[in-house]
Order: sequence, then C-alpha cells, then structure tokens
Amino acid sequence: MPVQPLLVLRGVSKRFAAVQALVDVELEIRAGEVVALMGDNAAGKSTLVKVISGVGPADRGVIEWQGSAVQIKRPQDAQVLGIATVYQDLAMCGNLDVVGNLFLGREIHRLGILDEVEMERRTRELLHTLSIRIPDVRVPLATLSGGQRQVVAITRSFLSAPRLLLLDEPTASLGIEQTSQLLDLIEQLRDQGAGVLLISHNMGDIKAVADRVAVLRLGRNNGVFDVNTTAQEQIISSITGAADNAAGHRPTRPEEAWP
Amino acid sequence: MRWRETRARAADAAPGAGRRRDGRRWYAGRLRAYAVAVRRRLHEGDLGPVPPLLALAVTWIVFQSLNDNFLSPRNLSVLSVDIVGTGMIAVGIVFVLLIGEIDLSVGSLAGLAGAVFAALNVNLGMPEWLAVIIAVNCGAAAGAIHGFFFAKIGVPSFVVTLAGLLAWNGLMLYLLGPESSINFSEDELVTTLTSRYFSAAVAIYGLAALGTAAYLFVSYHDRRRRGAAGMPYRPVREIWARTALVAVVAFATVYVLGRFEGLPLALLIFLGVIIASDLFLRRTPYGRQVLALGGGVEAARRAGVDVARVRISVFLGSGTLAAVGGLFVASRLTSATQVPGSGMLLINAIAAAVIGGTSLFGGRGSTWSALLGVLIIQSIASGMALLGVEPAVQFMITGGVLLTAVVFDTLARRAAESGGRS
Ligand SMILES: Nc1ncnc2c1ncn2[C@@H]1O[C@H](COP(=O)(O)OP(=O)(O)OP(=O)(O)O)[C@@H](O)[C@H]1O
Ligand SMILES: [Mg+2]
Repeated sequence: MPVQPLLVLRGVSKRFAAVQALVDVELEIRAGEVVALMGDNAAGKSTLVKVISGVGPADRGVIEWQGSAVQIKRPQDAQVLGIATVYQDLAMCGNLDVVGNLFLGREIHRLGILDEVEMERRTRELLHTLSIRIPDVRVPLATLSGGQRQVVAITRSFLSAPRLLLLDEPTASLGIEQTSQLLDLIEQLRDQGAGVLLISHNMGDIKAVADRVAVLRLGRNNGVFDVNTTAQEQIISSITGAADNAAGHRPTRPEEAWP
Repeated sequence: MRWRETRARAADAAPGAGRRRDGRRWYAGRLRAYAVAVRRRLHEGDLGPVPPLLALAVTWIVFQSLNDNFLSPRNLSVLSVDIVGTGMIAVGIVFVLLIGEIDLSVGSLAGLAGAVFAALNVNLGMPEWLAVIIAVNCGAAAGAIHGFFFAKIGVPSFVVTLAGLLAWNGLMLYLLGPESSINFSEDELVTTLTSRYFSAAVAIYGLAALGTAAYLFVSYHDRRRRGAAGMPYRPVREIWARTALVAVVAFATVYVLGRFEGLPLALLIFLGVIIASDLFLRRTPYGRQVLALGGGVEAARRAGVDVARVRISVFLGSGTLAAVGGLFVASRLTSATQVPGSGMLLINAIAAAVIGGTSLFGGRGSTWSALLGVLIIQSIASGMALLGVEPAVQFMITGGVLLTAVVFDTLARRAAESGGRS
C-alpha cells in the first residue's frame, strides 16, 4: 500500500476583489520531504501559504491531509493538524515579549494562571536546542531587529514539533550564519519525518535543502522539478515565463497556453 | 504595582550569584544592569508609572502649599471616596484602550444603571440586591451588544458606542421620568457603598499588614520558582525594597484615613477591583490575548486567538464596570440623576485611563493607571474647590494635563516604533 502524501491540494482557487490570485493550483507535500515554492512577485505564493494555514481559506479546491479531505477554515484548524507557519510579514505582536509571542494562542497555565516560569524555561530550552541566540527573552518584540524578529518567528514555528512547516521567505532578513543555521534546522525536521514547504527567491538555499521545486506563475502551476536533476536555467525560465511547463503536468486548455 | 519587571540581569543569572559575590562589585554590576534597563526603557519610551506618579506628586505639593487643608485626613478621605465611581469606569476603559478601541457609552451606561436600580427598587419596591444585580447586568448586556456590532458586524467601535451613548442616555431619561431624578432611602445597600467606613485599628492595620505580607510572599514564591528553574530572578534586596515601598504606601494610607472616619468601603472595593483586574490582565491567558489584540489583531488571529470573542468580552466588561461605577456615583449622590449621563463622567473616565499611563494606541497600559489617573483628576478638582476657583479653570487645567499625557503617549509610541526596527 503506497504511503499517502502528507498534504495534497487539488484545484485550489482564490480570488481577491479584482485579482485572481490562485487558479486551480495543485500541490503535493510528502512526509520527510522539503518542497520549495518559487515564483515571481505576486505569483500567489503567500496566498497559497495562507490557504494552507487557514488564515485565508480558498474559494474552491480540496485539501487532503494524509489521504482524507479536511476543512481548514481557521488558523486553529491548521494548528490542530500540526501545521506551523512562518509568515512573510511575520505576524507577531510588537508589545509582547519573546516568550509571550512564542506561546500566544497556546499559553501554558496552571488553574487558569499563566505559568510564566515554565513558558520562559521552555523558550530558553527551545532556543538552546535550536542553537539560536536572543539576548533577552523578556524584551518587547518591537525592540528587536528585523532579523531577530524573523528568528523569533522561526523559533515559534518549531515550538510544537510541527508535522508540516510552511516557511514564507524565512531567510529574507537573516544573516549568512543564521541562514545556514535555518537550512540545518529544516534538514533536521525533514529527517524527523515532517514535511516542509519553503518559499524563497534564493536558488542557492533551495538547491541546498529542497527535494523538489514547485513553480507558480500568475497564480497557476508552472511545473514541478526535481532539484537534483533539473538545470537551474530551466527552473528560472519557468519562473519568469520563458517556458511554459504547465502542459506537462496538468491538462491546459488551449486559451491558457503560452503564446 | 509593577508595570513590567526590570530585566537586564543576564550578568548575574546564576542562582545564588548575589550572595557569593562581594558586596561592592555586586552593587556596581546591579547598578550597571539597571542603567542599561532604564536607558532601554527610555529609548522605548516606556516609563511605566513614573510620569503619572510625578504628576500626582506635583499636584499634591502645589495644592498643599496653596492650602493647608488639602492633604488633611478629612480632604483625603473625601477624595478617596470621590474617585471610586469614575475610577471603576476607567478600569473598564483601560481594557478597551488596550485592545486599541474606545467606548464612548460608559457615561450613559453609568447613568442607566443608577436609573434602573432606582426605578426597580424605589418605584417598584424590588429588593435592593435584586435591583443591583439587574442594573449591573443591564450594563453587561449593553456592553455585549456594542461588542457584537463591533466584532461581528465590523462597525467601528467609535460609532457603535456613540450610538450607545445616545440610546442609553435616552433610556435613562425615560426611566427617571419627568422629575428626572429618583432619591434613595438612607442606610440601605447602595447608599452604604460610599458611606460605610472601617475604623477598628486592628482590622485596618491588619489589612495593611496582610497586603504587604501577601506581596512579599508572592515575590519570594516567584523568586524561588525562577531560581529552581535556573532562570534569572529578582535579588533579595530588591524584593525587600519593593516590599518596604508597598508597606509605606499601605500603612500611610491606613494611618491618614484612620485619622478621619476610617478606611472607606468604596476604596477597598475599588482597590480590590484594580488588583483583581491587574492579575487578570497580566497572569491569565485571556489577559494575554487582550494585550495581543492591542499589539496586532492580525497577528493574534493567526496565532489562533478568537478575536471576536475577546473583543465582545472586553466591551462586556467595560459595560459592566460602567454600571458598577454608576451605582457608586448614584450612591454618592443618594439619588439617580441625569448627572452621570451628562458627559463629564465619560470624559473623566477616559482622561483618567490616559493620564494614568494607558496608551490610546493599544497594547500598552495597566489597570493601575485608572487609579493614578483618577487620583490626579480628582485631586485637581478637589484642590480647585478648596481654593474656591471656578470650574471653568478646573476644566482648562485638566484639559492641559490630558493633552500632556497624550503627547507623552504619542512620543512614547514614536520612540518605540523607531526603537529597534531594522
Ligand atoms: N489581501 C489581499 N487583498 C487583495 N489582493 C491581494 C491580497 N493578498 C494578495 N493579493 C494579491 O494576490 C496576488 C498574489 O499575492 P501574493 O502575496 O500571494 O504574492 P507572492 O507570490 O507571495 O509575492 P511576493 O514574492 O512578492 O511575496 C497579488 O496580485 C496581490 O496583489
Ligand atoms: Mg509573498
């Protein structure tokens, strides 16, 4: 019996008032696999992440989790499945400290009273195991640098040992050392059997950790490539639209074909 | 009265470090750590309770130097009861401001609660306790309605509560009838709220001692837990210094008020509400979510916070506290009148929260600011009355203080925004 993929999207479409952000998008992520999602600006990558994380559910389409259809209508639904997300805009509360942000929405409490000591202890422990350095876990997040906040957002996504991790341009403001550290963390998580969806514009990072690359172009699939066997030029031309690979992967109606 | 703990003690993080090091070096280290913390807070524009405390001190010194009776036990005793009605309402406003919204209906709701109580108890002869419960629940229900329209329909809170201001004021006028006031009988539950004093020395000094001991116990307990978990904790000296401060304030209050009629029941209830709501805000998951909403609604939503529920409950709480405050105001006047709905109560309650240091921009503040702010406002009013200055001047001065507070708040916000952003 074949192992069911962790997550399958079929025919996902989403429309904002004037913009058709996603059109019949398909995506498959297996357990123990890193899938990169690439595409030009406004290709719909972040929109797709928000569909999966329940922040902005799709208008149409099916989401299958380990072979059975699921409804992800709210962020809580995704959390229950074990989906953790690092958003492109981070989405953290500047007035709360690092501990408060990490545990927001899943606070540890004893008899209804927040257990700050336990939360701080776990925060330090997690930072330690991820070998991430944050000078003080009790300063408001707004006082950290952009890169540090990104690191906190990444740390938060590792808090509850996710089964599927969605990373929307997580390396955007990271230094060289922090980036390679994150790539190590991604590999560790994959080796533990989780699935990872990594959005990045950096071909180097993707070559380093991803197994497959899915390309979105103008809200549509434009090919899925094996990172190890595909030439970089081919992926790039698929991103920019110099090549229309969609035909090989799903039936394309004539009017949709690249001229 | 902790706004936020000072934390810059990575230097002596190891358990027992304080004891092992020799005194002078240890002190130098601590001082440096404090300097760093203070500079950081200045940079963030977060001065906690310092500005309102300074403002209160200046107010008291100025009025005392102009009139010897200002800090007399009698005047302070009257002041300590006068602040309660507005203060209760201000506590609810603090919660609303924390989620970055505004509630303009609280004055009308306070008036409505008084009118509902009077109509049921005085006019219809309903037992007092039942009338009180119904009056408070009216406030809660009205608040929940505002919350519903804001959170579920998406009407701006400003407009919803402005409609509430008009509508509930209308209902109050209707209930009060053509005479537009209903007098209470003396010596009953509601009038007792602001006329009962505890003067037995054993009881009131015992209470001050108990409060201090509780503070000490909680601090030590926290320290022990943090130490056991291998985390930085407050040094013993700091705990004792803070406890000494708490003791001084508690015993001085009891001493001064004890020299007049004693500790007012109203003040005790007010302090109880502030302490409870402060713990609620800082120590419960729900309070954490209230703060999170002020820091970023979308971030809170994505973290799985039920935004609509928190919003509705905050407006419900604001309406409830407005009704409670209204009963205290009515109790002070021993009648239900149009006064609370007149607008001054609303203005003072919002001004108190802001002057006390709660940010208008959401996410930053404490319920203690309701106490500090209302003390400042009421002190100005009381001092002016003692000096025989007309209310016109009092309004102008209070307006100036409010503007100063908002300027501080805005500058603090700008400092925080430009603080560490890359
Ligand atoms: N909340 C929204 N309201 C209206 N339009 C939106 C919204 N979010 C995204 N869009 C539109 O959807 C399209 C896809 O946006 P999306 O953010 O998914 O792109 P992206 O691939 O993540 O781009 P980038 O690389 O710049 O992050 C864009 O045309 C954008 O304008
Ligand atoms: Mg994006």
